[in-house]
Amino acid sequence: MKVLVAVKRVIDHNVKVRVKADESGVETANAKMSVNPFCEIAIEEAVRLKEKGIASEVVAVTVGGSQSAEQLRSALALGADRAILVETDEKAYPLQVAKILKGVVESESADLILLGKQAIDDDNNQTGQMLSALLGTSQGTFASEVVVNGDKVVVTREIDGGLQTVELALPAVITTDLRLNEPRFPKLPNIMAAKKKPLETKTPSDFGVTMSSNITTLKVQAPAERGAGVKVASVDELIDKLKNEAKAI
Amino acid sequence: MTVLVYAEHDNVELKPATLAVVNAGLQIDGDVHVLVAGHQARAIADSASQIAGVSKVLLADNAAFANQLAENVAPLVAELSANYSHILAPATTTGKNFLPRVSALLDVNMVSDIIKVIDKNTFLRPIYAGNAIATVQDNENKIIATVRATAFDLAVATGGNASIESVSVGADSGKSVFVKEELAKSARPELTSASVIVSGGRALASGENFTKYIEPLADKLGAAVGASRAAVDAGFVPNDLQVGQTGKIVAPNLYIAAGISGAIQHLAGMKDSKTIVAINTDPDSPIASVADYFLEADLFEALPELTAKL
Repeated sequence: MKVLVAVKRVIDHNVKVRVKADESGVETANAKMSVNPFCEIAIEEAVRLKEKGIASEVVAVTVGGSQSAEQLRSALALGADRAILVETDEKAYPLQVAKILKGVVESESADLILLGKQAIDDDNNQTGQMLSALLGTSQGTFASEVVVNGDKVVVTREIDGGLQTVELALPAVITTDLRLNEPRFPKLPNIMAAKKKPLETKTPSDFGVTMSSNITTLKVQAPAERGAGVKVASVDELIDKLKNEAKAI
Repeated sequence: MTVLVYAEHDNVELKPATLAVVNAGLQIDGDVHVLVAGHQARAIADSASQIAGVSKVLLADNAAFANQLAENVAPLVAELSANYSHILAPATTTGKNFLPRVSALLDVNMVSDIIKVIDKNTFLRPIYAGNAIATVQDNENKIIATVRATAFDLAVATGGNASIESVSVGADSGKSVFVKEELAKSARPELTSASVIVSGGRALASGENFTKYIEPLADKLGAAVGASRAAVDAGFVPNDLQVGQTGKIVAPNLYIAAGISGAIQHLAGMKDSKTIVAINTDPDSPIASVADYFLEADLFEALPELTAKL
């Protein structure tokens, strides 16, 4: 079974982002970039499927600028076999990414497609579901457990009230939640070896996709600041403030 | 121009998030319809028809919709979309699961998690874990969006008199099968709609301490119990109590954070709360920067005292 993993290059999750003065977006120049944390979990799950002998090959793919190759190398260092960079300098919207991924899935004949449930920059939580719709497959979103069982995959999903388990026919698209696994760290020899693994570059037009979207971001602003609070010295003072000042209780 | 709102329910009761989305819909256009997709869900449709401002309720009652599987629900919504300019669903795990699928079936991009309606195609939404707010204009021929329920007032649940129309489209896709559900049982209010939340973090040190220190205070205040990711990952409480970018987004009247440092990820889930109280031994923890009242104290002493004195 071939597994495809989609990864995204994003500002590292520890970075406190700054909005640009002209309100055109957030400052990405000089910011530390990493693999989106949910994508790391997807890579880890794919590699574990390979280690269990379920996956025969793991292919990592990304859509983005030429620097996104770094994140593909990270995926290769963690255990992916090959990588595909679909290079574009334009802003990638979920539907366009899903269309490109559909092209990749079909040309690779992948049976299982793993994505993170959302990218921590745009916070959309859309791409996996869109890809599944375009492919006409089943979907297992927000997965915290994935068990491949012959031509089916049983997925435990994190839902608002608790957990839900569904059985999906393969091929399937699965998006990962944080609790699915604990991603490993790449070892130095693996990082060196990853440099020799194949990384193929394509363009959106190879898949007949144009990157334009009818959604435009007019401006990006910092959220309203909360006023500085006060320190209270005792539980009594806290209760007094909550009752008389905030009128919260 | 008519807005279709997808009702959030569990086949037993209509969830309050639906009321918030109806209100968002009314801000876009006066004509709002509600779709109830479920199994033996007539009572849900009856509740939806009472919501002030709703002019019609569509009831799609079919065993295939019992568990709201995206593979079954998305084609239904796509098929019904022809008569609507906007399709809205709450940004719950249900809405996030099926709506992008609808969007792709209709070949349009969508907008996630809107927090404000500017006009019929301009919305505000948070990005980067709520550290930036984007104003987006959606010029697709059909506008599809999930709505952050805590950012909108609830429409009035009574006083409406909408007609209920049965729709008989949709079938089981055969691609996915519901196996089981394990729901955390709680007599406390639902986290996302609670007016008071008491949340605990890593400093609680164990699940027993949640029961011993957090729950009595929550019960005294009629509050819901929340948790940070650290507390969930350490196994103190189930994951559906997690507040944050990857958990639930809440905006209660009062949020009490005990033993939570306030990582960016957690703040994204609660910083729109009206009043925030932090109880922490570390005055330099990031939670102090958003707390209205900061009590520098050991929570194992402060929480019982607070519970006793309220």
